Amino acid sequence: MQTQDITQPQHPLKAEARELSFYYGAVKALKGINMPIHDKKVTALIGPSGCGKSTYLRSFNRMHDLYPGNRYEGEIRFFPDNTNLLSADVDPIEVRMRVGMVFQKPNPFPKSIFENVAYGLRVRGLSNKRLLDEKVEQALRSAALWDEVKDRLQALAPTLSGGQQQRLCIARALATDPELLLFDEPTSALDPIATGAIEELVHELKKRVTILIVTHNMQQAARVSDYTAYMYLGEMIEFGNTDEIFMKPNDRRTEDYITGRMG
Amino acid sequence: MPDSVHVSTQFDEDLARLRTHVLHMGGLVETQIAASIEACISGEVDRVRAIVDTDRKINDLEKAIDDDCAHIIAKRQPIASDLRLILGISKIVTDLERSGDEAKKIAKGVRRIHEAGTLPKQYGIGIRHLAEAALSMVHQALDAFARMDGALALNVIRADVEVDVEFKSIIRQLITHMMEDPRTITTSIDIMAIARAIERIGDHAKNISEQVVYVVDGRDIRYDKGAIK
Repeated sequence: MQTQDITQPQHPLKAEARELSFYYGAVKALKGINMPIHDKKVTALIGPSGCGKSTYLRSFNRMHDLYPGNRYEGEIRFFPDNTNLLSADVDPIEVRMRVGMVFQKPNPFPKSIFENVAYGLRVRGLSNKRLLDEKVEQALRSAALWDEVKDRLQALAPTLSGGQQQRLCIARALATDPELLLFDEPTSALDPIATGAIEELVHELKKRVTILIVTHNMQQAARVSDYTAYMYLGEMIEFGNTDEIFMKPNDRRTEDYITGRMG
Repeated sequence: MPDSVHVSTQFDEDLARLRTHVLHMGGLVETQIAASIEACISGEVDRVRAIVDTDRKINDLEKAIDDDCAHIIAKRQPIASDLRLILGISKIVTDLERSGDEAKKIAKGVRRIHEAGTLPKQYGIGIRHLAEAALSMVHQALDAFARMDGALALNVIRADVEVDVEFKSIIRQLITHMMEDPRTITTSIDIMAIARAIERIGDHAKNISEQVVYVVDGRDIRYDKGAIK
């Protein structure tokens, strides 16, 4: 859309990757990525399997810290406080409170629906029953799941349908009021109706939280995101307005990928 | 336009077939225009019926190509250059079909003129000039489409001015003629309709070329005089 000019004053940033590189042992999986994450906008990461988009996504909540031999270079600035999320003196647990994550396959804990959502709050030390009830309801409402589960909050989470489980995982991530939500192919295991519900949810959620989403579904990236980044072999090839990327990408490699051509 | 192939060869084949159909339709339209002009100048009124009949084929092709476009969108969800190609084609066939209609109008005008008398000689040359310019525009616009040549498309758009100038000169001539001798009014009005139809064909060729530019580099240059300088 020509009305949205990327050269115009930008939305404030929620985060920004600066010269971000990442190593799995000796393997360099990310190569000096620079990329803005605009506040309360949806940014989609696209690219072929193995291009580093999930690696990049996971850097935002320090998930790589869980395995030895992994190493970051560069920084991810997080705003408004301008913290470097990757800095050794930043506690990854604290990062994960501010940066929530939803995975490809719904992964509810083998606990009740209520406890799944309350989990993060309990970890944070919240134990007041009334407050917990309130927060859990709020999160389930935000994830558009409340009406479907309000009468069976004590039922086991794995008894829910796939789409409901995924919305439960979103509710769980929302419970701690994160500022940034990471979605790693959140609908690849869901049917079109459940996918539509998640996409609708993403649209609602961006009113109050910034979203970074990895997807293999080109149409989904086009539908849900404001900005799109195309990654290839650990590099960021092109970043731009989603409307422009899907009508007229600047880089030939982006064009080939999104139109399903062999390079 | 990317010259690499899709992972899906079926998709490549669908697009190739679509482009071939557009060029086939374009060829038919060119023939129609040439035939109607030929009839106009030679006065061979018997050709008119064939022209009117062939126009139905063009209409059918427009519908068939539009239908193919809709199917490709539904099945492939094309994006970027693929999407621009489909959108462009859908508009190009509209302009081709309308060019075909103009050819039919010329043919019917020819029949009216020659049933009442003959085409005054001095208009033969002007009409031929105008028609050659318009026909060349159509031909080059289709060429630009076939080769996805944005520069050639821009040339076609620039050429439209010459057709317009030629058209105005014929109109001026006709007005003078009608004022001098009111008995020529009936024929003059028919000649005017023919000249107008040819001028419209030039406009359609221009529209087609604008779509080629859009398909090739994503710029929408309609109504933008600055874009062709």
